[in-house]
Formats: sequence, structure tokens, C-alpha cells
Amino acid sequence: MSGMAAVGAGGAERPRLSLRWREAINFYLFLAPWILGFLAFTAIPIVASLFLGFTKYNAISPPDFVGLKNFRFLYNDQVFWKSLRVTLTYTVVFVPLQLVSSLLLAMLLNLRVPSMRTIRTIYYLPSILPTVVTGLVWIWLFNADFGLINFFLYKAFEIRGPNWLGSERWVMSAVIISGLWALGGGVIIFLAALQNVPGEFYEAAELDGANILHRFWHVTVPMISPVILYNLMIAMILSLQVFTRIYVLTQGGPNYASYFYNLYVYDNAFSYLKLGLASAQAWILFVLILLLTVLALRTSGRWVHYSGGV
Amino acid sequence: MVEGLYARIAKWTFVYPLLLVSSVVMLFPLAWTFSTSLKTAATVTLREVKLIPDPVQWSNYITIFEESPLILYTQNTMYMVVTSVIGGVVICALAGYAFARIAFPAREVLFYVLLSTMMLPHVVQIIPLFVIFDRMGLVGTFWPLIIPRLLGHNAFYIFLMRQFFRGIPLELSDAARMDGCTELGIWARIIIPNSKPVLAAVGIFSIQFAWNDFLSPLIYLGPKKELWTLALGLNAQKGFEGEITSLHKMMVISVYMIIPMLLVFAFGQKYMIEGVTFSGMKG
Repeated sequence: MSGMAAVGAGGAERPRLSLRWREAINFYLFLAPWILGFLAFTAIPIVASLFLGFTKYNAISPPDFVGLKNFRFLYNDQVFWKSLRVTLTYTVVFVPLQLVSSLLLAMLLNLRVPSMRTIRTIYYLPSILPTVVTGLVWIWLFNADFGLINFFLYKAFEIRGPNWLGSERWVMSAVIISGLWALGGGVIIFLAALQNVPGEFYEAAELDGANILHRFWHVTVPMISPVILYNLMIAMILSLQVFTRIYVLTQGGPNYASYFYNLYVYDNAFSYLKLGLASAQAWILFVLILLLTVLALRTSGRWVHYSGGV
Repeated sequence: MVEGLYARIAKWTFVYPLLLVSSVVMLFPLAWTFSTSLKTAATVTLREVKLIPDPVQWSNYITIFEESPLILYTQNTMYMVVTSVIGGVVICALAGYAFARIAFPAREVLFYVLLSTMMLPHVVQIIPLFVIFDRMGLVGTFWPLIIPRLLGHNAFYIFLMRQFFRGIPLELSDAARMDGCTELGIWARIIIPNSKPVLAAVGIFSIQFAWNDFLSPLIYLGPKKELWTLALGLNAQKGFEGEITSLHKMMVISVYMIIPMLLVFAFGQKYMIEGVTFSGMKG
């Protein structure tokens, strides 16, 4: 950015603005659409939803300020706690499961064996499918009477499979299995990280007599720890906000056994038009996500290493 | 890496076969979807696993167009796709350029604001947005879906663009500036032609996102059947108990929705994977 740059060939005809002014104008011109979008679709809505959280509002009559009433209502609302429990249970089980299996899978996909390109594509494929399609495909697979899964269970082990999506006991397992099918995105990120670990590190460890488990713990894990953290945070944020797959698969049933947090927010907001209450719920989720993210980042200092080429 | 003898034996006798078998498991739901889509109302409920159904009813793929307004849904979805791509590839590229190359004091602060919006849960924004669009009388039209997209309202795309643009040598744009190019000229003549990978990645992500999006169309287009996208139309095929007799039709529409994504993936695989991994490496 030298001073020369400002004096273009046509500079003489243009109004003589200083470089700083010109850059400021350029900056905001380039950014104008985003700033407009940011204000209209992010900043204002966030402030508005905080405000709505303290009101009673049905989109027809004007919002009515009610103080902490929405939060008190939620505190005493069994369905609210149920939806929170369902979501947290899912997150606590699903996130570690997904993280570990994506990492293991990425390590397998990093081997040098024939037709690895095709194999990698196959594992990635489910993650690019429309969520509605994924939901419907699993409804069909989990069908109690004619579904493929129960058919296999019966043929292979003579087990009469459960009514996966219709049973309070099994529905969460079904939701988790259908989620694991689409783990491709995380796998790809792990794979790239693994390929960035310099081979010499493994050779050095091997010379020191480290076996495969040692190499995994003392070379692989520290080297890719920033990516583990990234995948962990993404998985956490996404699983707390699961909506579409559940909406298609179970609509929250049976008997609220898969009534995820966002399903309740959606119902309150758009089925019952309790927009104030739903905004309060949305903010509780927002704060929860924020706390968990900060917690993950704070504790990451102990196990994430930012050295090397990653 | 030097492989020990045991490691090599384990790899070929255990790990590789495991990988192959489980990739078949991963692929099976898709194969089964396709297979089901070729069945008849009677063969859908047969308790047998035949990947090639008997009879193979290809006509399912023709009758579905008579039974369901798929063409209309596809058209509606295309509005989302096209606006998404324009916003993503043009507007986000402009914003990305500002963040990458135009010096301005508030730039870093704004960039952190941009990054932090990626963490926001969608629900915090959805309810007030619905209220705003409702007040403007736009619920039940495409506008609430199209306007945010046209304004490049996607922090991730802008982030990808910025990271990529920073890698383009400064000398190129300095030389153009000496020749009297404006910033917009530099953007159009130097930056854009040198950024095909990131433009392709963002273009593909935009197509995918718009094609698959469900929640926003559900909220804004829900009662207006004639404006439904494919995702809404497909979901509506599902009866309350997932009516078994029409399952093959649901699977026909599923395949219809999958194929464009497979094509996009086939052509853009390289860029998509670069984009996904890039987000993980630099994020």
C-alpha cells in the first residue's frame, strides 16, 4: 500500500481524496451488502429476540412486557426440562461417539490401499444428502415390520427388532445411528490433518521403540489436537441445535422421547405463536452454547498444541 | 512410514476387509433407497432383501410427475439455488476482498464480529426475523428466503473468500493499481480470475445449502403449497405413520432430490473437499 498507488493514471480527473478516505469508502462499498445483511438479519434480530424474551407476544397484538415471567414459566415447565434433557443426552452420547469414530475412520482412510479414492467417496456421500431425504430413508430402514434393519436382525440373530421410532426406549438410539451415518464432513477434516503430520515424527518415535498405540497418543493426537478441538466444537454446536432430521424422523415422539430443544422452540413459536416464550427459550440455548464453547476453549489449553504445520 | 511386518499383516487381513465391508454398510441405505423406488405397491412390503426388485417398475419415475407437482417444486427450489449462488459467489467475494485487502482501522473488529456470527444459534434470529417479515406482509412469499441470500448473508463463505484472497500475491494488484485500475477493477480482473477454487467451493456449498434447506422454507412457505420447495414437498409425502404402500413413491422423490447433489459432488468433489478441510485447518 504505497503512496504511489493512490495516484492512478486517471487520478488527475477525479476529486482528490486522500488515500485513507478512499480506502475507507472502498472498504464500506465492498462491504455494504454484508453490513446491511448483518444489521437486518443478525444484529437487529438478536436485540429484538432478547427484548421479546421478556414479553408476551403473539404477532397480532403488540408485545406486552412481562418481566421474567417467561423464564419462570420455563423453570416450572416439565416439557421444557424434558426437551433439554433429550438434547443434552443426545449431545453427551453422540458427540464423543461421532468424534472417536470419525478419527478412527480417518486413520483407516489414510492407509495406502487399492481403490481408496472410491472408498473415501462412499464414506463422504451420506453427509451431502438433503436432511429430509436422510430422515425418510431412515424411517424406512427403521420400520418395525418391513424395515431392513429388523429384517437383518431377524435373519442373522433371530432377534425380533424393536419398533425403533415408535418406542420410547429405542428412539434415541435410532436418532443417534441415523446421525452417525452422516459423519463424512468431520472425517474429511481429520483426514487432511492426518496427512499434514510429518512422516519423520512417526519414524523418530518408531526408532525410540514406540508401538502403534504410543505413536497414536504421543504423535498423532498432539499433532492434530487443534483439529480435534475444532471438530468437537462444531459437533457440539450442531448437536444442540438438531432440528430437521428429528422433525422428519419422529416429530419429537413417541411421548416426547425425542422432543429436542429446537422442536419445542419451533412449536412454541410457529405452531402456538407464543413468540415471547420461544424467544426466551432461544436465548437460553444461546447462553448454553456460549458457555459450553467458552468451557471447551478454556480447557483446551491443557491438551491442544499449536506447534507444527497444522 | 516404515511398516512393520505385523502391521502389514493386520492391514491386509483385518483392516482393509473391515474398511470394505463397512463401506458397503454405508452405501447400503442409498442402494436400498434406489431399489425401493423401483418397486410396486405390492412388492414394497415383501419381507426379502432383493436389491434388484421383481418386477423393476421404471414407470414410477414417470407417474410421479403426474401425481406430484415435482416440476413446480423444482422451479421454486431453483429460485433459492440461483439467488444463493449469486449472493455467495458475488456478494461474499466482494466482502471477502474488503476483509482481505482493503486497509481500514475497523477492519479487524468487524472481522471478529463476522466470525462470531458463525457461532450464533439460528433460533435466536429466526423468531424476530419472522416477525419483521410478517409485519412487512412477506410471509408466504419467496422474499424472506431470497433477500438474505442475495445480500451474501453467510459468514462462512466470506471467511473462506478472505482466507483465499490473502494468498494471492500483492504484486499483482499493486501492478494493476499502477496502471490505473480501481479497487473494483482489481477485484474483477485480478482477484476473481485467480480464485476459481474458492469460488467453486462457495458456489457448490450455496447450491447444496439452498437445495437442502428445510427450516426456513417451512416457516415462510408452510401454508402456501404452490410455493413449496422440493424438501417441503418430499416431507409432505410422509403420511402420519409413513404409509407403507406409498413408500416407493417417497423413495422416487428422494432419488430425484439426491441425483442433482450427486452430480454436483461428482463435478466439484475436489473443491468441496478443499473447502471443508480448509475450514478445519484455518479455523
